[in-house]
Amino acid sequence: MENSTPQPLEKTSYELSQPGRQGIRLPDPDVPLTDIPADLCRTDLDFPEMGELDVVRHFIKLSQFNYSIDKGFYPLGSCTMKYNPKINEDMARLPGYAHVHPLQSQGTTQGALALMYRLQEWLCEISGFDAVSIQPAAGAHGEFAGILMIRKYHIDRGDVKRTKILVPDSAHGTNPATTSMAGLQAIELPSDKNGDVDLDVLRKACEQHKEELAGMMITVPSTLGVFEEHIVEIIKIVHEAGGLMYMDGANMNALLGVAKPGELGFDVMHYNLHKTFSTPHGGGGPGSGPVVCNEKLAPFRPGPVVEIIEEPQDEDDAPLYGWVMPDKSIGRLKAFHGNFGMHVRAYAYISAYGSDLPKVTHYAVLNANYIRARLKGTYLMPFDRMCGHELVIEGHWPDKAPGVHALDISKRLMDYNFHPPTNYFPLIVPEALLIEPTETESKEVLDSFIEAMLKIAEEAQNNPDLLHSAPHITPVKRVDEVKAAKDLVLCCRPTHIESAEAQ
Amino acid sequence: MSYIPHTDADREAMLKAIGVDSIEALFDAVPEKHRFPVLDLPDPMTEMEIAAEMEALSRFNVSASDYAIFLGAGAYHHYIPSLVNHMLLRGEFYTAYTPYQPEVSQGTLQAIFEFQTMISRLTGMDAANASHYDGATALAEAVTVAMAAHRDKRQKVIFSPTIHPHYREVARTYHQNRAVKFSGDRSGTATMVDLADMIDDNTAMIAVQYPNFLGQIEDYTEIIKAARAHGTLVCIVTDPVACALLKSPGELGADIVVGEGQGLGIPMSFGGPYLGFFAVKNEHVRRIAGRIVGETVDGDGRRAYVMTLRPREQDIRREKASSNICTNQGLMALAACVHMTAMGKQGMRRVAELCWHKAHYAAQEIGKLKGFSVDTTRPFFKEFVVTCPKPVSEINDELIYHFGIIGGYDLGKDFPTRENQMLLCVTEMNSKDEIDMLVAGLRAIAAGELHDGDHHHHH
Ligand SMILES: Cc1ncc(COP(=O)(O)O)c(C=O)c1O
Repeated sequence: MENSTPQPLEKTSYELSQPGRQGIRLPDPDVPLTDIPADLCRTDLDFPEMGELDVVRHFIKLSQFNYSIDKGFYPLGSCTMKYNPKINEDMARLPGYAHVHPLQSQGTTQGALALMYRLQEWLCEISGFDAVSIQPAAGAHGEFAGILMIRKYHIDRGDVKRTKILVPDSAHGTNPATTSMAGLQAIELPSDKNGDVDLDVLRKACEQHKEELAGMMITVPSTLGVFEEHIVEIIKIVHEAGGLMYMDGANMNALLGVAKPGELGFDVMHYNLHKTFSTPHGGGGPGSGPVVCNEKLAPFRPGPVVEIIEEPQDEDDAPLYGWVMPDKSIGRLKAFHGNFGMHVRAYAYISAYGSDLPKVTHYAVLNANYIRARLKGTYLMPFDRMCGHELVIEGHWPDKAPGVHALDISKRLMDYNFHPPTNYFPLIVPEALLIEPTETESKEVLDSFIEAMLKIAEEAQNNPDLLHSAPHITPVKRVDEVKAAKDLVLCCRPTHIESAEAQ
Repeated sequence: MSYIPHTDADREAMLKAIGVDSIEALFDAVPEKHRFPVLDLPDPMTEMEIAAEMEALSRFNVSASDYAIFLGAGAYHHYIPSLVNHMLLRGEFYTAYTPYQPEVSQGTLQAIFEFQTMISRLTGMDAANASHYDGATALAEAVTVAMAAHRDKRQKVIFSPTIHPHYREVARTYHQNRAVKFSGDRSGTATMVDLADMIDDNTAMIAVQYPNFLGQIEDYTEIIKAARAHGTLVCIVTDPVACALLKSPGELGADIVVGEGQGLGIPMSFGGPYLGFFAVKNEHVRRIAGRIVGETVDGDGRRAYVMTLRPREQDIRREKASSNICTNQGLMALAACVHMTAMGKQGMRRVAELCWHKAHYAAQEIGKLKGFSVDTTRPFFKEFVVTCPKPVSEINDELIYHFGIIGGYDLGKDFPTRENQMLLCVTEMNSKDEIDMLVAGLRAIAAGELHDGDHHHHH
């Protein structure tokens, strides 16, 4: 054991605790008491004891160690870190939404059901699909739904051998992980030098696995930020081999009113409401990952879903909404009905834009291309072409600044008060930095980010140590990840094990 | 244009820098035939209009802020201290994302670390992760962990029939294409002794709920003994609110503890977002899915936190990852963390005791009513089963119409042998007056004394 204990930025709640100090007070029981048999009870609960003000200060202090969208530019590629409108938070907290129990009767929840129904309709309209389930809790959960639906579709037709899913090597990690989790096998397809699917490779794979091909998962625009040139052709090839097409819709911020995946020929897709429709990322979640599909796959959706049970009698009447389980459903993917609070926020967001929604995409793509145009020449770009809502650059200069990596650039950006882009994803671009500005950032913000990037490129050659030792102004310096994994301290001290040993 | 800040001059300058003359030109790669479809959406709305419309729509819902509620069954109306929401509304927390960059995420990381600690202490486990989507998906992922712990050599997973029906359903959805055989829960009547007898050398895991879906505390001794004898893992699905009072699942002998953390500072919100928690004994830490935060030091030797054991996760392991989870319920874990810290050691126990006393008072009073009987064969915590003289849906309709009470859960929906049985839930939020009103309501409904137009409640 080391003698000097490392100093914390802020003590843990356990360290701030004082025996006997009381937090929130609760009323005395107003009913006659009933004995609680001692043999059912625990004897102690090792929990912090803090006063209310101390608790508030503790969490405020912690909050100040974070970078966030509300604080500054957060161009984390593939995550669509756009402004999270404040009104959405207020709406989700209305008592008529926040304090409704999920198992209340249909008659007492018509407002919530109407909201979910309208959101379902909008999500179909925006994507060009026929049916939807808003039950999945995140993008990966929606992917899981979609792949299970594809599998069940084949099984339902007696086509039980179809267990293989093609996944381009540029795919997000959730795509291959989803495939395995659904009990299917992922077959990785190498991309061509433009970052597109190699059509010859695809044709060969489809030929080779013809009997066993369940489908393909593909991201549009791709995780490289480019619109696949041959998308319609790709869809055709896979369909001809008997496979279905899954679109990872994480990048829908590049497609609103620009193309409808259902019209392109896709069979099923998930949305990330926490990306495209501004529901907050919450330091890791919650999200919402609705799955949308065509008629073919509609019977297999996870459920229940909201439908109109009774059409209105006359024009002034509202329809009666209720829960329906699609008849060949893959089953329930979550207790209750999905992340309703996120549905409320997305509803508020789509209401704000309405038919102007395409502008979101127009300006998201404008912003990304503006950054691309201005960084070109200074940073290596794997592809010289128009990008979608994000762009990938290479964070290194093998000749001019050997030893400088994408990670160094990321860390140095923190000194300029920016959140770094996504590092080392997609995996197929060396030293990848994936930059996604979103439409909610002004030209001034983009200009100051670009200035910082250009300055860092100079520093990389003239003073690379400045990058290697970055960040300098953050609450902590680079952290020791190896030690974390080796020592594996996952709870505040003392751990049970240590206290047992001490006795 | 709502949240887009660009002026016309900005747009023109940017297009010029890019070298195109219109926004449309940015989309040339999209096949022309499919480019720029019409979106049939309503007219844009201002913030004022949105607030008015959504507020009006919310009034079509009956909410627990206007009505007394005795409905639980996996989602609960518990007290949420005011400061919880104030902390959640800090933009520094809710507008950040996954703490990939520890230098600018120490707030989120330390909060998760404290959350992991409190969940571990409540459940009696060694470690916990940063969350799953909900209690049901946490149970489904526990099955994956148990299968992996036996290197996929065992196929059988036993579920107690008194696990929440949605949870059992979700686990089956998750594993429909895998070599897992679920058993134990189909008849709906298997006892703990029956379940213990089903455990054999091919059983990877047995899962029970504590307190169970019916609110009861069952005796798990036989199960744990049989599981130990066969090397079967024991997963206990639990209510963290109950754990503040009752023996921890770890003390009972669990290897894996999962459950729904909604009761820890998260509103019912019509079913989500909630908080799946997942806690294990040390030997299983490397098999669990999701984010895990560990303590370490920074370059200056200061204490710091970072996501650890990352090679388990989908972005690194890809098709070999045991789960695809990426975005989780982070902010809900923060809510639970703030809630548990503010409640503290005393408050947590106090809430659980209030639930116990109020639920028992309600059960005693209802047990005295003609036509109703309360199941008292086992100890219970905050929920209990009442056999009613009429269909539960009819009683609930009358309770809401005449008394402004949201009644209990209709058990006949999931358990054919439990027709006319209602699962009632009483928490610290239910005053004695509300309980007395419920009792009076049930008495009047059973006696058929009510007439249309009689309203006994005011709001
Ligand atoms: C391209 C892509 N696909 C899938 C996902 C998974 O989505 P989620 O994190 O919501 O599960 C993400 C985001 O993390 C992504 O960027």
